[in-house]
Amino acid sequence: MLHACFVRSPLARARIASVDVEKACAVAGVRGVLTGADINGEVVDLWYSQVGPDVPRTPLPPLAEGEVRFAGDPVALVVADDRYVAEDAAELVAVDYEPLDAVVDLHAALDSDSLVHEGWAGNVCAELATPTDHLAEAFANAAHVVETEIHQQAYVACPLETRGLVVEWSPADGSLSVWASSQSPHDFRQFASRLLGVAEHKIRVICQDTGGGFGQKINAHREDIVLLLAARHFPAPLKYIEDRRENLMASSSRRESGRVRMALNAEGVVQAATIDHLSNAGAYPIPYPLISSAAVGAIFPGPLKYQLGAFSTKCVFTNTPGLTAYRGPWEFETLAREVSLDAAARQIGVDPAELRRRNMLSRHDLPHTNALGMTLTDMTPLETLELALEAVEYEVFRQEQDEARAQGRYLGIGISSYVEPTTTNMPHHGSEGATIRVEPSGTVNVYLAGGSAGNSLETTAIQLTADALDVDVGVVNTVQGDTALTPFGSGTAGSRSGSMVAGAIRETAAILRNRIAEVAADALGVRAEVIEVAGGSAFVEANPINALTLAEVAHHAYFGKDAAGGLEASARYHTQAPNLWANASHICTVEVDIETGLVRILRYVVAEDCGPMINPNVVEGQIAGGVVQGIGGALLEHFEWDVDGNPLATTFVDYLLPSTTDVPIIEYLHMEGSPGPGPGGFKGVGEGGAIGAPAAVANAVADALSPFGVELRELPLSPATLLRHLADGGAG
Amino acid sequence: MSEHEISVVVNGARRSVRVPSRLSLADLLRDKLGLTGTHLGCEHGACGACSVLVNGEVVRACLMFAVQVDGDEVTTIEGIGSEDGVLTPVQAAFRDCHGLQCGFCTPGFVVTVTALLERNPAPDDGEIRTALSGNLCRCTGYQGIIEAVRSLRSGVEHAD
Ligand code: FES
Ligand code: FES
Repeated sequence: MLHACFVRSPLARARIASVDVEKACAVAGVRGVLTGADINGEVVDLWYSQVGPDVPRTPLPPLAEGEVRFAGDPVALVVADDRYVAEDAAELVAVDYEPLDAVVDLHAALDSDSLVHEGWAGNVCAELATPTDHLAEAFANAAHVVETEIHQQAYVACPLETRGLVVEWSPADGSLSVWASSQSPHDFRQFASRLLGVAEHKIRVICQDTGGGFGQKINAHREDIVLLLAARHFPAPLKYIEDRRENLMASSSRRESGRVRMALNAEGVVQAATIDHLSNAGAYPIPYPLISSAAVGAIFPGPLKYQLGAFSTKCVFTNTPGLTAYRGPWEFETLAREVSLDAAARQIGVDPAELRRRNMLSRHDLPHTNALGMTLTDMTPLETLELALEAVEYEVFRQEQDEARAQGRYLGIGISSYVEPTTTNMPHHGSEGATIRVEPSGTVNVYLAGGSAGNSLETTAIQLTADALDVDVGVVNTVQGDTALTPFGSGTAGSRSGSMVAGAIRETAAILRNRIAEVAADALGVRAEVIEVAGGSAFVEANPINALTLAEVAHHAYFGKDAAGGLEASARYHTQAPNLWANASHICTVEVDIETGLVRILRYVVAEDCGPMINPNVVEGQIAGGVVQGIGGALLEHFEWDVDGNPLATTFVDYLLPSTTDVPIIEYLHMEGSPGPGPGGFKGVGEGGAIGAPAAVANAVADALSPFGVELRELPLSPATLLRHLADGGAG
Repeated sequence: MSEHEISVVVNGARRSVRVPSRLSLADLLRDKLGLTGTHLGCEHGACGACSVLVNGEVVRACLMFAVQVDGDEVTTIEGIGSEDGVLTPVQAAFRDCHGLQCGFCTPGFVVTVTALLERNPAPDDGEIRTALSGNLCRCTGYQGIIEAVRSLRSGVEHAD
């Protein structure tokens, strides 16, 4: 096995005057060094299935050529017999950089003389705006106009297992094997096929036990691209596992900013609202970022009833790592809306829970077409709010808060409600296949594309299959994450897996049950119509005494006199609805120590509606993981750069993930009463926790500090930030 | 690069290996001895995924050199689990309480919790959280992990 190590730019922006690999190549054990000049020209076709080939193609060189565009930009690949040697040699690659002014700040980028990419004026990667004229009257007549500005720092997915892959090119038959840490094995194969011009069936992608993804591992990154290209240069398996520093500085960076305006009438009912949104595309976004930015605007009305809305969004190139998906990529809409609602409540002098009651949709208001034209269905926004308020004993908390304040202790409560489009029917995500095979012994295997990165797809598949065939879970096994064995499916993304896998298994199991009935009927000498398949056997309803076990049916199917066709079925499911809407209300209570600026979370309640739960442990596990990522985003995690674009948090000592001492016990309330239009009524739940949490925490902290007239407008709410606001004693 | 002959008992078996002086203990275990249950989440000593026992004490295998364990006893997750696949009580509790999702952090947590419970069979909630605060998990929000440890403490009723 050969090992690869990247040479990365130490500067955020510089011209590459020369790259000298001679010394590195001379190191014993080094097999070769590749630069952009060696491999960039080998790209055949490079686009992402998620967005298709027709969106504008933003620059994406495998290795930097001519110019480096963020600190961490890969410039060369060193391949050696072992990792230690590869790293030694990487240090000997001499790159002559001529520094250029870096574009780092999101707002300044728009007016900067420096362009991250030649030909992209104003550093605008993508933009979209809806008309605003129809809002003028509502704002002119409003009893209250509330304006807020919110900045969300860069924070990153940070799967505990970094990115990495092993590639092996077999020149004899022109085939490629890839062991990838990916959320989407089949899409990785399609991508590799296009990139290399190698037929899809000559590529096998295997993804087993991926150690967390959270969006970062949906699409192939530049490092993956380079390894795929490098495979054909080295006649041996080639391995690249990035280290944590690389993962932090080079994998992704979501960073957003927004200005919200809300017009409310005298009763505190929102009449109209707008958001002007900026999103950091970084230097090399993957994929085209307008999709998630437009979602910020379109979902911004969230669970609110108002009918007059508009948005604008700009994705801005900067000399920072490229934007990639992170759990709930449009989460900023919830942060911006919910923080603005609390600001409005304080400005008007209405309790924030009461303000929401006056504005939120209840299940009886649905379907509802929001101010941006999205039709919301099958949800319980107001109902989850009431459930969460009751669980947290809102009124009691307000009394405790008053008492605590009298003693100089500062408690706060924050609400955040959101609606979330799960299982979106994008062409690439709307279809999923399954094969279910009853083996000759009567045990069952279900084959699915997979892409589990810790989201329990294996458990879910086994459970759903056992239910669909009415057999014991103990006899079901699942095979996933290998393109050579499993039907096509597009992996873990967009909170789609539970519902799509359920659909694929339902369609397939229906065919297989018929087949079981046919074989059993044949064996029993009756018509298939009278056969019942239940409890792990097949029998004539009127005469269960002659029941055949599944093993006996399988024996007939494989070895009986008319054995043809065995006992397996394959089918695909196509989702019909544009989205399966899920929703939740989060409520968080905190105590803020005004001497140290430290925030302690006291309680965290989630009332959610993901439809009927396939497995409550899995649902709650997904919510918990997401909530804690959101808490990290609100309080701790900050991927920061200095003015020159040097990253300041490249270890877990500087980039603070929540630990056991930072997190509360999370309390869950489930509202299963509004099933979605998909199979089983199941709706997605993978991302919501991370969407709701930042706003709930931010609102709780702002509520705690409201006696000081502090309005919090930037995350994370670190002790230093809070102390600064307290010292300023006002808006900041 | 100087090399050294070291002798170390790993999961009960004595191993003699020649190692470069700069080889980390984690890389010795994973790459030279094939014990890939020890995971590397940061290689900065901050995440705890690489936790192993050296002479019964929890250490971070990414922060030690292989030469430092010459003459010592090392226990990895493979040595804590049984060869026949029967889960230890700690492993079983993690499974029962949904204490793992992707499982990448899990070996480090199991090693840490095993050592904690040997030292303190009935840790209170605060002690559990403190003892685990050096192990990072990005998937579970720690809910199932903490619940797993609570379910294991002896002689103590569950209390919130
Ligand atoms: S890998 Fe050793 S502490 Fe993270
Ligand atoms: S289970 Fe994935 S990091 Fe802990």
